[in-house]
Amino acid sequence: MAQFLVKRLLMAIPTLLLVALLVFMLVRLIPGDPALILLGDGADANSVAAINRRLGLDQPLPVQFFIWLGNVFQGDLGNSILTGDPVLALVWDRFQLSATIILLAVGTATLIAVPVGIFAAWRQGSGMDFTLVALATLGLSIPSFWLGLMLLMLFGIQLGWLPVVGYVSFGQDASLAITYLVLPVLTLILIEVGVLTRMVRSSAIEVLRLEYVTHARAKGLSERSVLFRHVLPNSFAPTLTLIGIVLGTLLGGIAVVETVFTLPGLGRLLVESIYSRDYPVVQGCLLMIATGYVVVNLIVDLLYPFFDPRVTLE
Amino acid sequence: MFARLNLIFGGILGSVVLGMALLALVWTPASPVAIDPINRLSGPIPGHLFGTDEFGRDILSRIMTGAWTSLSVAFLTVAFAVICGSAIGLLTGFYRGWFDRIAMLLNDALLAFPGILLALGIVAIIGPSKYGIIIALGIAYTPKVIRIVRGTVLSLRQKEFVEASRALGNGSVFTMLRHVLPNSFAPIAVLATSLFGWVILAESALSFLGLGVPPPAATWGNMLSAARPHLSTAPWMSIIPGGFIALTLLSINLLGDALRDWLDPRM
Repeated sequence: MAQFLVKRLLMAIPTLLLVALLVFMLVRLIPGDPALILLGDGADANSVAAINRRLGLDQPLPVQFFIWLGNVFQGDLGNSILTGDPVLALVWDRFQLSATIILLAVGTATLIAVPVGIFAAWRQGSGMDFTLVALATLGLSIPSFWLGLMLLMLFGIQLGWLPVVGYVSFGQDASLAITYLVLPVLTLILIEVGVLTRMVRSSAIEVLRLEYVTHARAKGLSERSVLFRHVLPNSFAPTLTLIGIVLGTLLGGIAVVETVFTLPGLGRLLVESIYSRDYPVVQGCLLMIATGYVVVNLIVDLLYPFFDPRVTLE
Repeated sequence: MFARLNLIFGGILGSVVLGMALLALVWTPASPVAIDPINRLSGPIPGHLFGTDEFGRDILSRIMTGAWTSLSVAFLTVAFAVICGSAIGLLTGFYRGWFDRIAMLLNDALLAFPGILLALGIVAIIGPSKYGIIIALGIAYTPKVIRIVRGTVLSLRQKEFVEASRALGNGSVFTMLRHVLPNSFAPIAVLATSLFGWVILAESALSFLGLGVPPPAATWGNMLSAARPHLSTAPWMSIIPGGFIALTLLSINLLGDALRDWLDPRM
């Protein structure tokens, strides 16, 4: 176990280094001179040179990369060009909000999707199965930003139950903060339930066909224990991989949902800093999301053997 | 048992959207950019079947040209990703060696970025334009194609018929193109269908964020983003474009399911 963990962590290092290199190059390729953005178009050459020196932008690119990488290892992602705030603190602060929304949504969606998917598989071919699959397919076909707008229209404007714009953090007023999070979380739940239900259903169908299920039934086990003791654990393993993918995809796609609900999350920070060409913040966001994705995959790999004992950690 | 229904519903929905897109090339009820100040933010009325937007432009006409934009972007992007991804996946999976190892290391790093995020980064570099979006999304989704095609090729190259082809003295290029490539067709086709849906969604998300095909060109995504401030006074402005994105994705998902059932009858 410990040996596997070390090996798996070591394997993640070259990936993360390449991710860092890609992020660095991607951001350097963005057209537009940050010094000019900071000073305005009419700036004279001397002030531009001074700013570039201060930001280290006058160094050759490889030198810039290694200086930056060295700083990243020390937890220093630089400062925002626009506000001067340290990027790490900014990114971490915004990341917590995005991560809360995503984890709440995917967690709830999993709790709904697993029993529903297994039930649909158990009743495969029935009218109930057909209805559930149709609903799931409909759910995963709806774009999150549109569903968000529709829910906002219904619960925010028509019914007036929930706030429409703005955000209050948990620190300021926890009960108010929840009212701002209900709709974004609900939006993601409705969509991810569709994605996950279909996956659970198709892996449960595969499992129901296997001999040990026939054996369990022949042994006289009740349908309930066949489903819970044999089908559920075995169809959950492939779903775990999908949950990892869903978490990563949401981390990248959360920007649109945060835009709909004007939430100050990581995705919005990324889009805003692309608009304002705030290099260090764009870098910080991309690095945070990619690292998050690698970490999620690592956790999935480590959890897998608990759900599928045939897969060993060696 | 769902296969036929999937095919029928998916086919009908898909044909409606495709028909609208093709019709928009030759005819729209009004010009999609013509401004009608008297009928600003109007609900459905004769002459403007789906109502008008904040400039008094006809929403139906903009939906139709938007359909063409979305479908053509998605088609070109999928073509780009599938051609590049299959070529790289085929070569690295078939020949292995150090080139394969380096390519896969790079590919894994690229896969650490969710597709839309990578596209966002690339759009930031090349700027938002129709062809910029196609290149950005194409590059963003190629790594997924590479991984799937390479995985298929890796298992195929162990098969007896590939060995037989080699034993007959066929060159490796011939074996690769004549025996390995045609047998990887099924997974590529299924992937291409899902890819088409992801790209439609990603393109409208980018447009929604203001990083897609720029206005005044109509896309479903930028129509939705323009509709946001008018949510309480002109709800049809947001209901209609988003509804079309959802119908298009539904049609692709249904057709994808039908295709999968047909290619893999086991499921």
